[in-house]
Amino acid sequence: MAASVSTEQVMGGGPVPGSTLPSAPPRRQRALRLPRSPKIIAGLAMLAFFVLLSIIGPLVAPYSPDQIFANSPVPLPPSGAHWLGTTNLQQDVFSQVLVGGGDMLLVSLIAGVIATALSVVIGVTAGYLGGLADDLLSMLANIFLVMPALPLLVILFGFLGKTGSNDLFLIGFIISITGWAWGARVLRAQTLSLRNRDYVDSARIIGERRSRIIFSEILPNLTPIVASSFLFTVLYAVGTYTAMAFLGLVNPNWSWGGILYYAQGANAELTGYWWWYIPPGIAVALLGTSLVLLNFGIDEFINPRLRAAGLARRSGGRRGTRSRRSQQFALTPVTGLSQARGATPATIGEGGQA
Amino acid sequence: MLVVARRLFFYLVTAAVAISLDFLIPRLIPGNPVDAIIAKMQGVTITPAVIHALDLQFGVNTSASLWGQYTHFWNNVLHGNFGVSSANGFEPVSTVIRQALPYTLGLIGVATLISFLVGTAIGAIVAWRRGSWLDNLLPVVTFFQAAPYFFLAFLAIDVFAITLGWFPPSRAANATDFPAFTWTYLSDVLDHAVLPALTIVVASAAGWIVGMRNVMLTTMDEDYVLIAAAKGLRKGRVIWYAARNAILPSVSGFALAIGFIMSGALLTEIVFSYPGLGSLLLQAVSNNDYELMQGLFLIITFTVLAANLIADFVYVFLDPRTRQEA
Repeated sequence: MAASVSTEQVMGGGPVPGSTLPSAPPRRQRALRLPRSPKIIAGLAMLAFFVLLSIIGPLVAPYSPDQIFANSPVPLPPSGAHWLGTTNLQQDVFSQVLVGGGDMLLVSLIAGVIATALSVVIGVTAGYLGGLADDLLSMLANIFLVMPALPLLVILFGFLGKTGSNDLFLIGFIISITGWAWGARVLRAQTLSLRNRDYVDSARIIGERRSRIIFSEILPNLTPIVASSFLFTVLYAVGTYTAMAFLGLVNPNWSWGGILYYAQGANAELTGYWWWYIPPGIAVALLGTSLVLLNFGIDEFINPRLRAAGLARRSGGRRGTRSRRSQQFALTPVTGLSQARGATPATIGEGGQA
Repeated sequence: MLVVARRLFFYLVTAAVAISLDFLIPRLIPGNPVDAIIAKMQGVTITPAVIHALDLQFGVNTSASLWGQYTHFWNNVLHGNFGVSSANGFEPVSTVIRQALPYTLGLIGVATLISFLVGTAIGAIVAWRRGSWLDNLLPVVTFFQAAPYFFLAFLAIDVFAITLGWFPPSRAANATDFPAFTWTYLSDVLDHAVLPALTIVVASAAGWIVGMRNVMLTTMDEDYVLIAAAKGLRKGRVIWYAARNAILPSVSGFALAIGFIMSGALLTEIVFSYPGLGSLLLQAVSNNDYELMQGLFLIITFTVLAANLIADFVYVFLDPRTRQEA
């Protein structure tokens, strides 16, 4: 349970982690280890910055992002009046960047919530029920994992056309359709391994109802993984939304991907208008970095071996005790590439990583 | 080989699902794509025959049953008939894609291979030198991984093509070139491919680096590595023993990675105006060319599935345990 408390703190992305230390009740003492990881602190701080930016950005933006200024034929470099210069239409880049994060974060949050819910339902069901249900649901998840998301999203958004391109909820929903499979797969594998633990067996023998076993015995122990896969999905949604905006497929007023879309349309990279395309690109990259760092941090937090490894390194131990990452816990998209660890191609379909 | 056969079956199912989605999505989403195409085509004469063909493709104004349309759609796909591309003067979609496919296969195939080899090697070294300054590489790698491919493409063009002038900024060859197996043409193609390939390598290597490092850290604790070191084998040889076991998860993780890499690489093509599938995708999007979108979805999916199948063969070749199972 301590882990679940701590991950709620992570996901809240709220105040500076250190500030909650003194007032925390003793029961939470284990949870307090979490903020000590530099990765978590850096990730949380960056994420908090971007959340703050998306909330107050539109309020503090010096101009309206659509406002057109002097009739200069070319974009103007940064100056006192326009801190990040102007676009080819003489709009203020700084204002566009300030305004551009909000919709994207909201869409990513929506996509993250829906996809995580989907992956919990499908992953836990498949893992707990087993048999034919497991085979079918696993196959579904694997199909969505293998199918390339970009062209699928292009036809989905393409056919939605104008009706779909401004509805944030709809956009989030569609992104979540292509983003749930990874979480489902990891949750299924972990459910499989939890299902046969002693405490679950004893709950079954006592005669607890299946729903109670799932909700009270299994789900709480999946919380860190759920949190991790939520962060992963949000990261995925940030990238996907930016890509869709870059293709001109979704068009809520301003977004970082949208700025890049217009910059590319005006050949900003060929004409050296760096102030136009660098700020939105860096913003997306840093937001993504903050989520990856948080995921790394959760990894280390929920995997005691990694914590021990950290201590060993500090005390100068060089070989032996370090970093036996457990298979189920390394969930960042980075390590995601290596997650099929232990699973031969053949077992991707059935055995998973358990 | 049983392993590969099972995977092949899975890929066939996935392909069938992709074809079915391709059929269903235009029919499930409200709105009339034919009207949208015709509206976009103002100034171009559209014959009733073309309209009829479009109607058939998207299932509007047709009396055929859904099942009848579905079997008809399958028939078309199996015969390589993906309709016509309204953005390309109603040329068959298959022709349009066939012209672009080699560029994408060449660029993304080579770039992915390089990225895999380089990234895995770097990951192995970073793991081996754990605790050294190389660990500081990881935050940098994280940043490159989180940055969109196409943003890195912007940077690459601005720095290496415009400011330094080392490589051409766009297209796959000079406009004056005539495609032929001559040295001038081929070196030109190579010259144009360097920057987009570099972008894809830099953006995608991060995943292999971190993945390899994490597995390698585990492998290095194995007894056989300790013994190899204790026997006094050369360091390179010890690293090799650990690395060749640590590489297996990266190969099997290839399946999950290739979809991501493909998506990013297609967007990279767009920034470089590289005449591959990515640029076609943009063309289809900006012209509401739905049939081209659908055809691209299928072809890109099939390509990814084929890449996965190759990775499976490599895995079976590398890991004798999978061969024993059969």
